[in-house]
Order: sequence, then structure tokens, then C-alpha cells
Amino acid sequence: MIRLTNIEKYYNKGMPNEVHALKQLSLDIADKEFVVLIGSNGSGKSTLLNMIAGAELPTEGRIEINGTDVTRLPDYKRSKWIARVFQNPLSGTAPELTILDNFRLAALRTQSKKLSIGISDRFRSEVKERISHLGMGLENKLNQQMGTLSGGQRQALTLVMSIMDDVQVLLLDEPTAALDPRSAQTILQAADNIIKEYNLTGVLVTHNMKDAHQYGTRLIQMAEGNIIRDISTTEKSKLAVTDIFGWFS
Amino acid sequence: MDFYFSALILGLCLSLMALGIFISMKIFRIPDITTDGSYTLGAVVAALCLTKGLPVAATIPIVLLAGAIAGAVTGLVHTRLRIDALLSGILVMTALYSVNLSLLGRSNVPLLNVAHVFNLVQGGITAELVVSLVFSAVALFLIGYVLKTDFGIAMRATGNSTTMSRAAGVHVDRMKIIGLAIANALTALSGFLVCQYQSFTDINMGIGIVIIGLGSVLIGDAVIAWFRISNLWLQLMLVVAGSIIFQMVLAFVLSIGVDPNLLKLATAVFVLLIVALPVIKRRAA
Repeated sequence: MIRLTNIEKYYNKGMPNEVHALKQLSLDIADKEFVVLIGSNGSGKSTLLNMIAGAELPTEGRIEINGTDVTRLPDYKRSKWIARVFQNPLSGTAPELTILDNFRLAALRTQSKKLSIGISDRFRSEVKERISHLGMGLENKLNQQMGTLSGGQRQALTLVMSIMDDVQVLLLDEPTAALDPRSAQTILQAADNIIKEYNLTGVLVTHNMKDAHQYGTRLIQMAEGNIIRDISTTEKSKLAVTDIFGWFS
Repeated sequence: MDFYFSALILGLCLSLMALGIFISMKIFRIPDITTDGSYTLGAVVAALCLTKGLPVAATIPIVLLAGAIAGAVTGLVHTRLRIDALLSGILVMTALYSVNLSLLGRSNVPLLNVAHVFNLVQGGITAELVVSLVFSAVALFLIGYVLKTDFGIAMRATGNSTTMSRAAGVHVDRMKIIGLAIANALTALSGFLVCQYQSFTDINMGIGIVIIGLGSVLIGDAVIAWFRISNLWLQLMLVVAGSIIFQMVLAFVLSIGVDPNLLKLATAVFVLLIVALPVIKRRAA
């Protein structure tokens, strides 16, 4: 599904503050795989996620999604495959737009935005129905501005927004870092359900070892711009949380 | 009374520019100084077309196109060359001054003896009011409609959350260029209307006009914030109302005998007051 070959990423190349963020990194992510990325700060996991999303382009190397070469394709053109949930709940939604407007835009992620009014009664009731599954009572606040909601509510809605349009890859960049433990559990559980239910390929970046242990079908540890551990499903099921903690000591 | 009546008409003529500023400033968060240049550009193009005997109906699309190109250039400089939006606007505005001057050929062209929008219909000041009202209403309706469409949602999201827009497949840079083009097309149309209303095009008529646009939007914004208005149509109407109020205040300032040379100072102070009022109120509370 996603194939990265010999990815090199430099920031400020040739300057005193040069950073070599990814070093000859290659990674194959199969269809329907749910990869959990862990690693210390500066290990390159967010850079790797941005490479897949297209938010940043690699210095060298090749990136393929579904067999298509997307190496030079910017993020807004990769949106036909990829939906994203960000670390900052503010990034995944437009705060001054209503919930309904946000959902309308999300529903057009893979399509062109035309000069016609797309919010119909039918669309409204579809959104209502989807949001009601969250059980947060937000289905009656469709005309409320997104910015009036809590971080947890916004992350939950961002997740639902990701499946408003055709999607194959779901990228989660520390989606629960800004949330309280309880909301964090709800969000990750919801993400896990969505990935399974819609047969998505998922990539989750996290600093939470318990989450890394509990979720995903593959566990990857990064350090200094490369992959140092790659644990498959069968091996992962044998791991204890303490083992994962041990990798960082 | 006629005095305030003309202020009302002028306010309606300038409301198109205010709607343009609403798009650049409120939707895209770009303080667009190109306005000063594209406003004059609209008036210059209007003068050229009308004195050559071109009908009004044919002049309007040319004026819109000229303004749109000016805005698109600012947008291109800002997005492609990664130059600060404010600086991009200043650069294009400065360049436009020479463009306007060489287009017009001299610094002032009277439009007294040519057929134009305000003397097409008979009926004096009432007819003038109707003409300006029609332009303002049509612009308001079109902008309101566009902002309600799927394209408009993408436009509004672009200024509000870049990350979200990109993730939703919006070409953010292109959107900004289109937005600035629309905004400056409206501004040029304001210049087109005003030069015909005052019966001349002057090369300096655009100096400081952006402040009037900003002030109009800020007046509308104050009311929007006050009553927490989220309805888009109401917001646009308040911007138009802001433009009218602005001209009324200036008319009032002149009527109490303030030296017309101090009009720009009065304008700046008035805008400063609108901006500072919420802060002063918060301090006092």
C-alpha cells in the first residue's frame, strides 16, 4: 500500500544547523496494516509521517502509494488516498466554520470543490446520523462553530470526518497528546474501530507505550532517522508493555 | 440633507470595495494593500473605456478583469515567491501607480460629457441611489452565494485552518490567488462607480482608500462580535452598512466645519477608534 525506498531527508542542508532527519530509510506497509511508530523525540517519526502525508517532500528517495509514484506530490493531492488526524485538535478542523461546513469539506476530500451549494437536507441528515454514533450529543449542534467544542470532541469529529469520503490510509500523528486520559482512550478506540471497519491502512505515531502495546498490527521503533526495531503481529502479541519500556532505557 | 444623501450613495459605491476587503481580510486574513492601486485602476480603466465611447455594459467586465489581474499578481508574488502578504500588496500597489499613470496619460480625466451609469437613467439623485443600490446588492448576493457553495467552504477553510484545508485536498495557494483576484475585482468596480459618480478619474483617488475599506469591515465586525452573528448573509450586510456608516461619519465631520485637508486624519482617527474601542472597554471593565 505504502512503499518508501531509500528516503533521505535533510533540513537546512549545508548550513551549520543542518539536521539529517531520515537516513536511507526504506519501509513497506501492506494493505490493511496498522503500524504503530514509536521513538524518542527527534528520532524522525513525525518526519516519516509527513513524508507519507506529503506535508514535506524527501530530499532523496521514492514514495509510492498504491503503486503510484507520489514522491513529488504535495499533501493536497495525496488527499485522495489519505486522511489525517493531527496532534493539535485545532489543526484537523476549521474552528470558525460550523460542524456542518467542516463535514462538507471533509466529504469532498477526494473531489473538486464546485461552485454549487452542496449542503442539502440529505447531506445534513447523513452527517447527523454519522455523528450520533459518537454518542457525544453533537448531532444537534451541526450549526455550531467547531471552535466552541473541546479538544476531545474535535478529535472525535476529525475521525468521523476522515470517513466521509473514500479513504484508504489514515495517518494519526499523536492524536491524543493534547487530551485527558479518558478522552484519549475513547479517541484511540474509535480510530481502531474505524481502521478495522473500513479496512484502512493505518499509521499511528505515539509516545504512549501502553497504546503502542494495545493497538496496531505492527510495531516500529525509530532512532536517529532510521528504523531500529520492526515487530510483526505474531511477535507483537508476545510482547509485554514492560518490554517496550525496556527499549528506551 | 442632500449632503448625507450623497454620502449614502458614496457608501454604497464603496461597499463593493468593503466586500472585497471582507474577503481578503476576514476570509483569508490578508491585509491587502493592493486595494489602493486596484481601486484607481478600476477608475482609470473606466475613464479610458467610457471616453472612447464604449458602453457601460462592456466596460464592467474589463474593469473586473483588470482588478482581478492586479489581485492575482499580489497573490502570485505572495504564494509563489513566499513574500509577506503585506509587502506583496505594497509592491503591486506601487507598481500600479505607474501603470495607472501611463494608462491614463495624465493625472486627471473629467467624465462630465460621457455616457455612464449614473446618467444612463434619468431621475437625479434618486436614480443615482437606485443604481448604486443595485450594484451593491448584486455584489452582496454573488459573494454570499459563492461563499455558501462547496468552493466557498474551501475558501473560508483556507483562511481559517491551512492544515485542515490541505488535508482536505484544497490547493491553498491557488485559493488565495483566486480570493485576492475576486477581492480586487470588486475594489476595481468600486473605483469604476466612484469615478462616474464624482465625474472624474484622478490618479491619486486611491491613496488611503484601503483604510476606508478596512474601517467599513471593522465597523461591521464590531457589530458581528457584539451580537455573535454567525449568519453569513447578515455579516455581508453589516459590511455594506459599515461602508455607509463610514461615509456618514465623514460627511458629519465635514458638516461640522472640519478642514477638508484634515479628512484623511479624521479617517485614520475614526478607524483607530473602532479598533481601539474593544480594548479600551476591556481595560475599563
